[in-house]
Amino acid sequence: MALLRAVLTRLATTGVTLLGVAVIVFVVIRVVPGNPIAMMLPPGATDADMDRLRALYGLDRSIVEQFGIWLGGVARGDFGTSITTRADVLGLVLGRLPATLELALLALVLAVALGGTLAVLGTRWRGGRVEAGIDLGNGLALSVPDFLWGLVLILLFGVLWPVFHISGRVSPRLDLPFSTQFYLIESVLRLRLDLTADLLAHMAMPAVALALPLAAIIAQVLKQALKETMALDYVTLARVKGYSETRVILREALPNALLPTLTLVGVQFTFLIGGTVIVERLFSYEGLGNLAIDAVVNRDLPLIQGIVLVFAAIFTGVNLAVDLSYALLNPRLRHG
Amino acid sequence: MADGRGMVAPRAGARLWLSGLWLGLVGGAALSAPWIAPHDPLAQDLMLGRLPPGWMAGAEPGFWLGTDSLGRDVLSRLIWGARVAVTVALVAGMLTALIGSVLGLLAGYLRGWVDLVISRLIDIWMAFPPVLFAILLIAVLGTGLTSIIVAIVVIDWTRFARVVRAETLNQSAMDYVQSARVAGFGRGRTLVAEILPNVLPTIVALVTLEMGIAVIVEAILSFVNLSISTDDPTWGGMIAEGRVSVHQAWWVLVVPLVALFLTVLAFAQLGQGLRDRYDPVLR
Repeated sequence: MALLRAVLTRLATTGVTLLGVAVIVFVVIRVVPGNPIAMMLPPGATDADMDRLRALYGLDRSIVEQFGIWLGGVARGDFGTSITTRADVLGLVLGRLPATLELALLALVLAVALGGTLAVLGTRWRGGRVEAGIDLGNGLALSVPDFLWGLVLILLFGVLWPVFHISGRVSPRLDLPFSTQFYLIESVLRLRLDLTADLLAHMAMPAVALALPLAAIIAQVLKQALKETMALDYVTLARVKGYSETRVILREALPNALLPTLTLVGVQFTFLIGGTVIVERLFSYEGLGNLAIDAVVNRDLPLIQGIVLVFAAIFTGVNLAVDLSYALLNPRLRHG
Repeated sequence: MADGRGMVAPRAGARLWLSGLWLGLVGGAALSAPWIAPHDPLAQDLMLGRLPPGWMAGAEPGFWLGTDSLGRDVLSRLIWGARVAVTVALVAGMLTALIGSVLGLLAGYLRGWVDLVISRLIDIWMAFPPVLFAILLIAVLGTGLTSIIVAIVVIDWTRFARVVRAETLNQSAMDYVQSARVAGFGRGRTLVAEILPNVLPTIVALVTLEMGIAVIVEAILSFVNLSISTDDPTWGGMIAEGRVSVHQAWWVLVVPLVALFLTVLAFAQLGQGLRDRYDPVLR
């Protein structure tokens, strides 16, 4: 019962947060100077034309009324119409979201793999040069944000030693047989590994730029948790049984050290998703973040609203999932 | 652990010194830009476009770090760009710390509905993608140095509020706070004279980190062309130009990138070093 009540409270808070985000975005972008309606009309349009178009987009009503209409639409799955492209906002967002999700998930996988490996290596050879080297690398990766790592990677592997693509999502000359926007996943499922390779060659640099800071955090926290677990009695017992040090770390210590790392990875993953906005711009990757910057530059109010709300929904959704899985995985909370 | 710390201490000291040295250099360049910059940072000369740095073949004397595609001196632009970076770091860093810390102290000490409102606001703020939020705010506020500073403060106050709130909650539960109240201290005086000094080391460490973040945010905004008018040299603007011509003139990207990289690294190391030095647990 306690768990159920906690879950319900948590769901309610998430709802309040999303509503707050919606209100703030709505108010902020209606203060934007620059008239998006005037930009849509050809020169020589009359004031009457302008009023008609403004009425069409509902911009002639009061801000409270506009918010009510918009929120009602969102509840029905209607996010409005983009002012610059005149396409359905939800369609535009859903068309770009898979590209961003694939990039963020690839970065997450890289970060977990790299951070996890470094944590295990640092624990295996703790107190020596290996650990000191890992700590130094961690400090560097943590101090420098994804934007700068992206630029460094462009220079190293795009210019100096050009092994990866530094622009776009896929080579434009390729014929794409895909029926969804999840190119990477679909290319694997259709066994078109040539396309998978091309996609990965485009995604590698932005994904690594996003992954580096998160990998460093995972390495740091997991290594700390592993070292604490290694001092516990049951681990000593496993050692006495004659298991090798590596086996003790992987089989005995790791499962218990994972839980504290999980919560942290969840929060940090939302930072990673936030980072996609500028990293996509940097690598001209056609995802949601790149679309968002275009929308702001073009003063496309409905599109900005839609994108920010989708990002906020992902952020709160990830946090919610982490909290719930933490409650489910932690025996003390489950029975408490 | 005493022996382990002995090994770390001299290195941590060197880290602090090197970071301080680099930041001092950047600060000095910012202050004395009109006197030490060898050229006018805005002077264009297409005949001198994309000159390589001084040590490479084809360099012109006097242009030590080369020129960009419009023939502007990269070193002079770097030095003038330091002005924007330093201004943003200092002003935005301090203001963010001030506003975030005050809200965090109030939430952590007063609790009740004040804490409820501030915590809920922090939740909402954390649900925004920060870069997108910054770009959106600049679109609303208009470009310019003041807008950038306001945008950074509006976005990043939560970083201080969250940490200071948690720290204040911890401190408020301690005996010395009870003693102060018993001794007849008012709530305001207890907060300012008793709790604040104990939270201050955390705030100082966060401020240095925030200054590095502020420099990055400015660079990102310049990069998407939403910072200051394109004439004024900024490191982010130089990076954006360098990104375009990276295959023809890599130094236009490398020079401001190295400066930005070292500055962000120095702020982060300084923050970490200060925290290690003043953290009562480690000491």
